[in-house]
Amino acid sequence: MNDAVKSDNILLEVRNISLSFGGVTALEDISFDIRRGEVRAIIGPNGAGKSSMLNVINGFYHPQQGEIWFDGKIRHHMRPHEVAKLGIARTFQNIALFKGMTTLDNLMTGRIIKMRANILWQEVWKGPAEREEVEHRQRVEEIIDFLKIQSIRKTPVGKLPYGMQKRVELGRALAAESKLLLLDEPMAGMNLEEKEDMCRFVLDVNEQFGTTIALIEHDMGVVMDISDRVVVLDYGKKLADGSPDEVRNNKAVIDAYLGVSHD
Amino acid sequence: MTDTFPRRLIENAEKFSERPAIREKDLGIWQTWTWRQMRDEIFDFANGLSTLGFSRGDKLAIVGTNRPRLYWGICAAQCLGGIPVPVYADSVAEEMRYVLEHAEASIVLAEDQEQVDKVLEVMSGVDRLKCVIYDDSRGLKDYDHSFLHDFSEVQESGRRLAQEKPDFLSREIELGTGSDTAIILYTSGTTGHPKGVVLTHDNVLITSLNSARMDNLTEKEEMLSYLPLAWVGDHIFSYGQAYVTGMCSNCPESEATVHSDIREIGPTYYFAPPRVFEQLLTSVMIRMEDAGRLKQRMFHAFMAVASRCGTDILDGNPVSLSDRILYTIGNWLIYAPLKNTMGFSRIRVAYTAGEAIGPEIFDFFRSLGVNIKQLYGQTEAAVFITAQPDGEVYADTVGKPSPDVEVKITDDGEVVYRSPGVFQCYYKNEKATHETKNEEGWVMTGDAGYFDDKGHLKIIDRAKDVGKLKSGALFAPKYIENKLKFFPQIKEVVALGRDMDHAAAIVNIDLDAVGNWAERNNIPYSSYQELAGHPRIYEMIKSNIEQVNRDLSEDSVLSGCQIRRFLILHKELDADDGELTRTRKVRRRIIAEKYGVLINALYSDAQNCHVSTEVTFEDGRKGTIEGDLRIEDAQVFESLRKAG
Repeated sequence: MNDAVKSDNILLEVRNISLSFGGVTALEDISFDIRRGEVRAIIGPNGAGKSSMLNVINGFYHPQQGEIWFDGKIRHHMRPHEVAKLGIARTFQNIALFKGMTTLDNLMTGRIIKMRANILWQEVWKGPAEREEVEHRQRVEEIIDFLKIQSIRKTPVGKLPYGMQKRVELGRALAAESKLLLLDEPMAGMNLEEKEDMCRFVLDVNEQFGTTIALIEHDMGVVMDISDRVVVLDYGKKLADGSPDEVRNNKAVIDAYLGVSHD
Repeated sequence: MTDTFPRRLIENAEKFSERPAIREKDLGIWQTWTWRQMRDEIFDFANGLSTLGFSRGDKLAIVGTNRPRLYWGICAAQCLGGIPVPVYADSVAEEMRYVLEHAEASIVLAEDQEQVDKVLEVMSGVDRLKCVIYDDSRGLKDYDHSFLHDFSEVQESGRRLAQEKPDFLSREIELGTGSDTAIILYTSGTTGHPKGVVLTHDNVLITSLNSARMDNLTEKEEMLSYLPLAWVGDHIFSYGQAYVTGMCSNCPESEATVHSDIREIGPTYYFAPPRVFEQLLTSVMIRMEDAGRLKQRMFHAFMAVASRCGTDILDGNPVSLSDRILYTIGNWLIYAPLKNTMGFSRIRVAYTAGEAIGPEIFDFFRSLGVNIKQLYGQTEAAVFITAQPDGEVYADTVGKPSPDVEVKITDDGEVVYRSPGVFQCYYKNEKATHETKNEEGWVMTGDAGYFDDKGHLKIIDRAKDVGKLKSGALFAPKYIENKLKFFPQIKEVVALGRDMDHAAAIVNIDLDAVGNWAERNNIPYSSYQELAGHPRIYEMIKSNIEQVNRDLSEDSVLSGCQIRRFLILHKELDADDGELTRTRKVRRRIIAEKYGVLINALYSDAQNCHVSTEVTFEDGRKGTIEGDLRIEDAQVFESLRKAG
């Protein structure tokens, strides 16, 4: 997928984004792009502005400067649900599921933006609403099968272990059948085995559904293994951008991660 | 009567045409195939197999969990006069290589990517292997497809062949006879390499028919197919008896969903090894501890009623009117809802076998009205040697000889039998065949046992494991181990003592039960190892052992084998490390080699012992666990009755 450089191969592009909260500059003149079908990683030390970047793409924050191009069109001041409708789904660093609802119901909420029947039809639960529900359930069951979470289908999410909740959250994002999937630290707080499983799922999603993925991750091993290209942020600035190997050997990146000697 | 499985399939497709033959839960919904549909699926696949060059006498290895297509593979191979060879789904690549090579498999039918990967890993060493057929295509898109085939594509080419040569398959089926080899089942083997047990169509069909008649099984039964495909029990229950009676086998969605799937199906006929019943009882008890006080009191009050009269009601014995009324109320309030939770509402007949079952566990389920019975069987006998008839069920026996089976006890105390189910031979192992089966067809079971005065067989232990202590007193390790394993907090035990001064034990605690107890008692722990070394756990296990010692002291024959010293092992015994067989039986020789240091320490005065053990993780990597283990003494009791 790396060889695709034509501009119509670019799914999302951010140009000269600057974001500040009062006097604090979170992002400063950041530009990069995400190509169709790639796994794109955003890395950086704590406070580098990674999550802010995702929030900007997601429409949760509105940058003071810069442009966001998605699917060949420029985007103006959109709210998160409008962005979701465009085809961008995400997961959160600190899990944002409906804890009292079952895995199945949580996944079904991922389909809400796809539902066409209006609230009245859904209330009556007949005709189009019922047919639609069956369709959505079918899709959700495929995701349950894909993520191998059949055994927790009817379990309230709050009762599940952390690693499983992360998986359910990925499932909900998948249910939206987005063009671009944003994953905010999908492997944070997981043990080795859970991380390996999650990597497998991320790669499978990318290969099997052809979903473009942008992810933030701290675990460098994971990032270098599964991403096609990496962008590195530090204190709101872009340090480097390129293939995992290029980034790994970039002096500025090494300095930011390992520190610089002062003698 | 029809004498091969393919003919049985044709007959069932006529007789039970629209009745369900097999179900599978897929994408959250139970998908059903009727006998007619199943016949068509199997025939398509059989034709497809022949286009891949599979013919009479060839072996089809089948690897995976209980999926309809894998069961169809068994019958499809038999249609062509080929021999299916199921392989345990959890066997590691090396184990799989041995079976594929030894059985001379020419085609493998694998469930999914995981199994395909294992086959590919060992493929280079297996000469005759031509290709692999897979059921689930997930993740296999980028594999080299020159020798990989999708199951439905094979069926598709089968359909094309059927159009060109419509009577090809029926002619092939006509060629089969009852004395043809139907299947080769590899036994897990407590020692050495697994052995391939060769069974004919007659062996499996006649045994299935006899046992189905004994329990009046009909086409209306529902059963859950969740035990390993390669195990003879599953082959008889899910395949043999299903083809004989026309009943429906149900394949759960995955291993992890068995508990919820069994509720949805509500089987009428059920088989589970004792540990499944044990786990169920443990989980019921753990969950009851979390219930409200009213519920807890109701539960305990009515369970007392059930244990007083439940088994008598089940067996049709006379019971007082007041007890009957109480039991009926108990049934409304407790027993029926509880059975429903466990998925046992509709059970007519349930069997358990493989290991001894704890009397409390056995009585618990029977008092609820679940008709669990015990049977005694072997792969070499196509399962059935003895079984308990309705109304004659006891926790400590394995029942009377099954129909057409002769059982006798040799002078050495070993159980031997002869039956229509007796295997032909061990595949390519004449020596072992002669050691096990004599010219008159009597088979040595290797188990020591005797008939009690009710005419029921009682098994003590493996004949070769029954030994003597240095003092000359009888030592039956398994008997002691089973007694200890009946405590919920003990998962596995290895009893030692042959040719020694006294008996000793290595204990594995049950992480579920003990972990729950630890949480309740505010004992923090981070791992199995830490919990296993906790002084209070040692105290608990010590009191269990002393209770068993007290019981043993009352036994005139076995009072000598009370346990004097024990330790709790720092890791769980695991089949991946070779310590247990795939069916979770202890491998004594391997444990003696691996834990020699511990065993020496048990027979010294040491209070501590340092040990480091290599372990194999699920993905095949290796690591070591080490630690200092405490060794405790346990009290022994004076023999109450003098031997003699």
